[in-house]
Amino acid sequence: MDDFLVSLIGATLRVATPLIFATLGELFCERAGILNLGIEGIMFLGAFAGFTTASLTGSLWLGLIGAIISGMLSGLLLSFFAVRLGVNQHVSGLGLTLLATALSLFLFRVIFKENQNLPSVVPFQQLNLFPNNPILHEIFSQYLLTYIAIAIIPVVWFIIFRTNYGLKIRSVGDNPEATDAAGINVYRLRTSALVIGGGLMAIGGAFLSIAQLGKFTFGIIEGRGWVCIALIIFGNWHPVKVLWGALLFGGVQALQSRLQITGIKLPYELFLALPYIVTIIALTLAGRNASYPAALLKPYKRE
Amino acid sequence: MLAVEMKGINKTFGLVKANQDVHFCLEQGEIHALLGENGAGKTTLMRILYGLYKADDGEIFINGEKVNIASPKEAIAAGIGMVTQHFTLVPTLTVAENIVLGYTDGMLISQKEIEKSVEAASQKYGIDVNPAAMVKDLSVGERQRVEILKALYRNARVLIMDEPTAVLVPQEVDVLFESLLRLVKEGLSVIFISHKLVEVMAVCDRITVLRDGRVTSTVNKADTSQTELAKMMVGRETFGVKSQSTKCSGNAIYELSGITLEGKHGKKILDNVSFCISSGEILGVAGVSGNGQGELTHVITGLICPTSGSIKIEGKEISHLSPGQISDAGVGRTPEDRHEGTIGELTVAENLAIENLKEFQKNGFLDQKRIVESAKEKIKEFQIKASPNDQLRKLSGGNMQKVVLARALARKPKVLIASQPTRGLDVGATEYVRKRLLEEKENGTAILLLSEDLDEVLALSDRIAVIYEGSIRGIVPSAEATPEKIGLLMAGAG
Amino acid sequence: MSKLRIERAAAPLWAKPLIPIVAVLVTFLVTSVLIIIAKANPVSAYYHLLIEPLSTRFSVLEVLVKSTPLILTGIAVTVAFASGYFNIGAEGQLYAGAIAAAWIGSTFVNLPAIVVIPLMMLLGFLAGVIWALIPALLKIKLKVDEVVTTLLMNSIMVYVVSWLLNGVWRNPETGAQQSPEFFEAARYIKLAAKSRLHLGFIVALVVVVIIYILIKKTPLGLKMRASGASKAGAQFAGINVNRTMLVAALISGGIAGLAGVGEIAGIHYHLINELSAGYGYTGIIAATLGGLNPIGVLIAALFIGLIGTGSLNVSMALRVPVYLGDVVQSTLLLVTLAMLLLQNYRIKRI
Repeated sequence: MDDFLVSLIGATLRVATPLIFATLGELFCERAGILNLGIEGIMFLGAFAGFTTASLTGSLWLGLIGAIISGMLSGLLLSFFAVRLGVNQHVSGLGLTLLATALSLFLFRVIFKENQNLPSVVPFQQLNLFPNNPILHEIFSQYLLTYIAIAIIPVVWFIIFRTNYGLKIRSVGDNPEATDAAGINVYRLRTSALVIGGGLMAIGGAFLSIAQLGKFTFGIIEGRGWVCIALIIFGNWHPVKVLWGALLFGGVQALQSRLQITGIKLPYELFLALPYIVTIIALTLAGRNASYPAALLKPYKRE
Repeated sequence: MLAVEMKGINKTFGLVKANQDVHFCLEQGEIHALLGENGAGKTTLMRILYGLYKADDGEIFINGEKVNIASPKEAIAAGIGMVTQHFTLVPTLTVAENIVLGYTDGMLISQKEIEKSVEAASQKYGIDVNPAAMVKDLSVGERQRVEILKALYRNARVLIMDEPTAVLVPQEVDVLFESLLRLVKEGLSVIFISHKLVEVMAVCDRITVLRDGRVTSTVNKADTSQTELAKMMVGRETFGVKSQSTKCSGNAIYELSGITLEGKHGKKILDNVSFCISSGEILGVAGVSGNGQGELTHVITGLICPTSGSIKIEGKEISHLSPGQISDAGVGRTPEDRHEGTIGELTVAENLAIENLKEFQKNGFLDQKRIVESAKEKIKEFQIKASPNDQLRKLSGGNMQKVVLARALARKPKVLIASQPTRGLDVGATEYVRKRLLEEKENGTAILLLSEDLDEVLALSDRIAVIYEGSIRGIVPSAEATPEKIGLLMAGAG
Repeated sequence: MSKLRIERAAAPLWAKPLIPIVAVLVTFLVTSVLIIIAKANPVSAYYHLLIEPLSTRFSVLEVLVKSTPLILTGIAVTVAFASGYFNIGAEGQLYAGAIAAAWIGSTFVNLPAIVVIPLMMLLGFLAGVIWALIPALLKIKLKVDEVVTTLLMNSIMVYVVSWLLNGVWRNPETGAQQSPEFFEAARYIKLAAKSRLHLGFIVALVVVVIIYILIKKTPLGLKMRASGASKAGAQFAGINVNRTMLVAALISGGIAGLAGVGEIAGIHYHLINELSAGYGYTGIIAATLGGLNPIGVLIAALFIGLIGTGSLNVSMALRVPVYLGDVVQSTLLLVTLAMLLLQNYRIKRI
């Protein structure tokens, strides 16, 4: 039983990693007042860009950088539509997801042709921190990116709540008029949030292709982006609560695959659907009291 | 040396001369009131000073030096701060965070440090705030104090306050005045925009009265009285007042009793409003904007439910009905803001028909022919310069207002609520609308006229109710309504 | 010195019909870059993409087949968006309808076609309505953003389908993940010999006509358009905006359900996981391109169907990845969005 639990914890951390990165990315966007529905597409693009760059250059780290750049450019693109032009955020975000996905698929085929075997790279290796201790060994054999994901959470917290930049972000997401009145450039601020957010989301996607799998498959993201949208609401737009949500969902996913092996007969789809169901319930309960950044979804135009 | 001197300021918006050759000086260490009715030009003048508008002509001097203020940022740099009715605070940030927003250089923000800094400023200026509190938990008065401290924190030497007491309860007003008087002793100069005579006389040293964009006069408080000021504000001949009539005459058809609307923190936005209107009578509601007319309109038209009180038409209770039901009950309504009260993307004909779709159906489908024909009739009757299938938002303001009026009158209502009926219209359209209202009155419709244009209220009404701070201060038959009397009521005195 | 200033005002009238044309041109310019990267000739690619599909009978009919679900999801999204309700859940509602159809089509073996087919359509419609109900109620009663909730419902539906196909509907002999085969009477009749064109296409056209009439010629339609155009104005005019949006949301869900029925009863004859290639989301593209006008949406859906068919041609003829079609569609969406907004601006010389 101990083995089960220990391996579960280890798996949870691993599964939660892409969720943590992507959710933190979305957090930046939403805190600044933009609902970024391009998240699913940006993760997919990040997975593709990361893999392809790594494959072509032979360096995993360059792959990661390639992914980050793709995410930042995506953020910039969305910013042009949603911030500069003030287009409906829902539709432009979805358009970005569709475009990023289509672009990734297209370019993947162009670069790698139609291979019988999917191309692969040697992925990042896990780092065994405690090789001798049987329990800690299982939990702390994680990818470097996983450790980074955990470490980044207090960093994000610090940026949002303890820096001038974070103050401005919180301000523009809640009351862009007041922020404008304080002499701050609302457009530039929101664009920066989208660019940072995009970069983080792309890392989340790249983790899957160049760390966990070593390949880029078309189903690699499979709705994780939408889970992140749910996680933010679940975590009330707070970086630390988001961590608990990600671990919870990661745990549920890790649990269901382990339960299958042990032969316990619960429909595993129920587990997979659980995050979404719970989020809808959370939304119902929160209702009008949700700590939405008040200006979320409203484009800002100075009269 | 004068803290602020504005010379020869001219500002025109389209056809409206908001400021004409205005001279205004503010001495060091005084509280100077800018007094006037709606549209007198007070806010325009101050927005020019604060860099939100650019004057067409004129010069501004700060402490004797000529300046060119092109934006609020430059105004702040010149030592001018402004506190308006619309607070520019971020509710989910703390007081301290709001105050330092955009005014701090470092990359890092330590809560303790900014709170200490704000606490120090609070002590220095004697403005009591709690730096760690979240703005959304503060009362209106406390929020205003944060706004004031925000301006002082940026080293404002001149503080412009635009209708500061409009949102405060009486106790908070006392606290505000006490703070202002103290700050002024320490060297701050204050410009106090208001229309409330009692307060102006209580706290200001000098008063400049604006009327129709020009300065009527600038006087010392000691040399004047409320009556004098009222006369200067409204500017017409005066003669004695005879009587006030608040009783409902026998054939009252529309009656408000005790309508009260409570807002946040228990502030009474509408306080025990009662009046009645008879058939073939126009009751005008006069008052400076911000005293509750808007909210009263929303309650009457069914967009908000009153906290207590009743509204009756021919004895039937309608205070909690929806807008559609109120319309069915025989009350025609024109919206306060014709852009919000119409659907710009639909056609003229559709807008005219939409309140009464039951009339325009055939076998469950829209009877397009009837809709268009009916529209053509209304277009002819109201002289609207448009075709039935034009998109409404393409119409001029005047024509849009005629559509709105046509729609309100379409079902031959017993009562018509005319809310700001000529706001923003040119002379021709204004004349038409007023003429039309009088015609309706002759036809026996009871009309409630809510207008910020005092001339209009005086010209059209049979009786005039003056609203001030959410309550009716008096209802005066028009024959006895002198501008002076009305002006005093509107300004809270008398 | 005269300067150019961009101000908010309605664009000159001659500009409006140009919008779709300019959008298409800009899109093609942008995607040409990708075609060149794929080492192909853009002009030749566009020929295969747009012209070639129209050159044979079979191909034209395939375009119609591909467009069928898009017409329905496009209309579904249009009804909702036009009323101010952002239904992103057409994908899930489509599957809901498919599930209902799959059940009927494989269970009631003894019923004649004349009974079964309308029954399937009715229950498919209702299934879509039910799947749309929760987000709609949450929006109206609790002001919860419907975009997030409808997206979540889409994700949940993926698992519902998977659960059904893995359990109750798993083929016991072959282990294949598909529901039992439809019996003959339940299958949509074919409209043309030697092609896949099925009754669903007629259904789609009928829906276009019905919705067109609903929106333009009924009181409900006027109320919907009013609510979508100006919530405040509609309220002032006495319209119950909440109720109108609810009705629109449910009709939208039902129509998306019909799209699912069509894909099963017309093409696959059993439920599979990959029934929809994102038709619910592509419907949003069709609705936006069509300017939320049913006729426009029909044309847009046909256009997207054309691109979908053409991208197979391009990939076979020029070895350009078949995903070119997806890239063109999504680029066209973004460009159209930008143009729609730019039509609210005018460049003035001062």
